[in-house]
Amino acid sequence: MLSESDEQGTVFDEEEPGKYLEDAVDEPSRVRPAIEFRDVHLSFDDVTILNGISFSVRKGETKIILGRSGGGKSTIIRLVLGLLKPDSGTILIDGEDITYYNEEQMMGVRQKIGMVFQEGALFDSLSVFENVAYRLIERGVAYEEVEPEVRRMLRFVDLEDAIDKMPDELSGGMRRRVGIARALIGDPQIVLFDEPTAGLDPPTARTICELAIKLRDLQDVSSIFVTHEMNNLRYLSSEYATVDDEGKVIFEKEGEKLCLINTEVMMIRDGQINFSGTDEKLEHTDDPYIRTFIYGK
Amino acid sequence: MYPVYRFLFELQEISLLIWRSFVNLRRRPRYPGEVLRQMDLIGVGSLPIVLLTGFFTGGVLVLQTFPTLEYYSIQSEAGRSVATSLIRELGPVLTALMVSGRIGSAISAELGSMVVSQQIDAMRAFGTNPIRKLVAPRIIALIFMLPLLTIAADIFGLIGGGVVASLIYNQETHVFIASVRNGISTSDLVGGMIKPFFFGLIIGAVSCHKGLSTTGGTVGVGRSTTNAVVIASIWVIIFDFFLSKALHFVLDMGPI
Ligand SMILES: Nc1ncnc2c1ncn2[C@@H]1O[C@H](COP(=O)(O)OP(=O)(O)OP(=O)(O)O)[C@@H](O)[C@H]1O
Ligand SMILES: [Mg+2]
Repeated sequence: MLSESDEQGTVFDEEEPGKYLEDAVDEPSRVRPAIEFRDVHLSFDDVTILNGISFSVRKGETKIILGRSGGGKSTIIRLVLGLLKPDSGTILIDGEDITYYNEEQMMGVRQKIGMVFQEGALFDSLSVFENVAYRLIERGVAYEEVEPEVRRMLRFVDLEDAIDKMPDELSGGMRRRVGIARALIGDPQIVLFDEPTAGLDPPTARTICELAIKLRDLQDVSSIFVTHEMNNLRYLSSEYATVDDEGKVIFEKEGEKLCLINTEVMMIRDGQINFSGTDEKLEHTDDPYIRTFIYGK
Repeated sequence: MYPVYRFLFELQEISLLIWRSFVNLRRRPRYPGEVLRQMDLIGVGSLPIVLLTGFFTGGVLVLQTFPTLEYYSIQSEAGRSVATSLIRELGPVLTALMVSGRIGSAISAELGSMVVSQQIDAMRAFGTNPIRKLVAPRIIALIFMLPLLTIAADIFGLIGGGVVASLIYNQETHVFIASVRNGISTSDLVGGMIKPFFFGLIIGAVSCHKGLSTTGGTVGVGRSTTNAVVIASIWVIIFDFFLSKALHFVLDMGPI
């Protein structure tokens, strides 16, 4: 199997000058989706949860998943991580078919994925520091490198003061933010957000969306973002992050000159995808089900 | 047919768990710190109850057998009778039962809560194999600590027996000690040490399996805890019978 650097190597070693640009566009690691589902089916007992789901998330793309509660959104995320296996269909991560990977093989794949659990799922016998540091410690990173990194992540979610607390001393929203810091440490190339803003106050929710936008635009992270909040949808699909002249990150709204194409919305209904496309397309849809979903009536 | 099928299924799952945790020992990362922590928790933590159990069991053995021995005028053999039954049977089995009550329940409750609060999933999602991190250290700690706890229980049982013999039946201590030394054979000691290895394996594997297969929320955690203790205890007792038979055969033990 070729590693990524090998493939880039062949692109840059190319002798013909004109060929270089063409190859860069077709560079396999760019064209190859970060996540791809092909006709995935899954039932629990007799209840069909996913009935032929196909989609792909490109590199640097954010896929927002909408859908009724109990519609199978968390299930999709668990399938990406290999915590569940589909009944049929194929799941690819970075072009690798992981459908029949065993636990040991999955471990390698999971190294590049960060996951924010819907219920938090913090390790309640570990402190906030140990929770956030978990992945680095497991990788055997030296303590001197772990500590500043953990502080940086906690500052991101505005929780540096809570570093020595235990999870049961935190509020629900704080716990969720610790979960986010834990998911983002170690710079995963794929991040899965399962309703990361549910139950948070609007400014904090906004911060988390900004975090997701930064990951998408500045770090080329691919992500799946499950949410019920239309605010999140609007932020993620209409704003982008850039770095200004002074090196500060700023957020700008898409407008005449630029339309975001790295964020798509997908809606699940009865185990199937009944909408997929940009937010503009979503707003102008005539489907009554989608309209009641977006506008609440 | 159904219970038989279930039983075979569980047996298969438990065997697989044992197999996986030993296979995983050869792979990295290993968790020596976790093993030590569990050894401390299981070994040092269980010492008081095991010592108490041993002491009073030895005491009551002498209390009950002494009059009979006296009737046949062989009361000088009291130490021998206590030592044999303690070291061959009661020490290993009672220690295993106490540990399965104290540690088996703790393990399955802990793992069960981790399952229902999705912490096991989170662990897997962050690239840790729960068998390597949680199951293997607990089974190893039990396998190593249970024999040591059994030795402690045996010693305290003999002390308890000696105390009862001298305080209640006014036997001279040196008579008791001499009889104990006469009574213990090497095969008794070896047999008594082999048993707790297996019991540790049973307790560890059953309680880890029960914990990890928890379903149904908090009630489910309670259910797996109860099941872990009950099943581990029953298996200890059943296995003890067959192990004794096998050891008799292998070590060529004579009658008491
Ligand atoms: N382990 C399981 N066993 C049986 N059914 C399950 C299991 N996990 C999930 N389900 C069922 O699958 C369906 C989809 O669950 P999922 O958690 O994916 O929903 P969701 O879209 O994430 O909902 P929400 O928005 O409320 O989080 C639900 O109807 C649920 O009852
Ligand atoms: Mg969900």
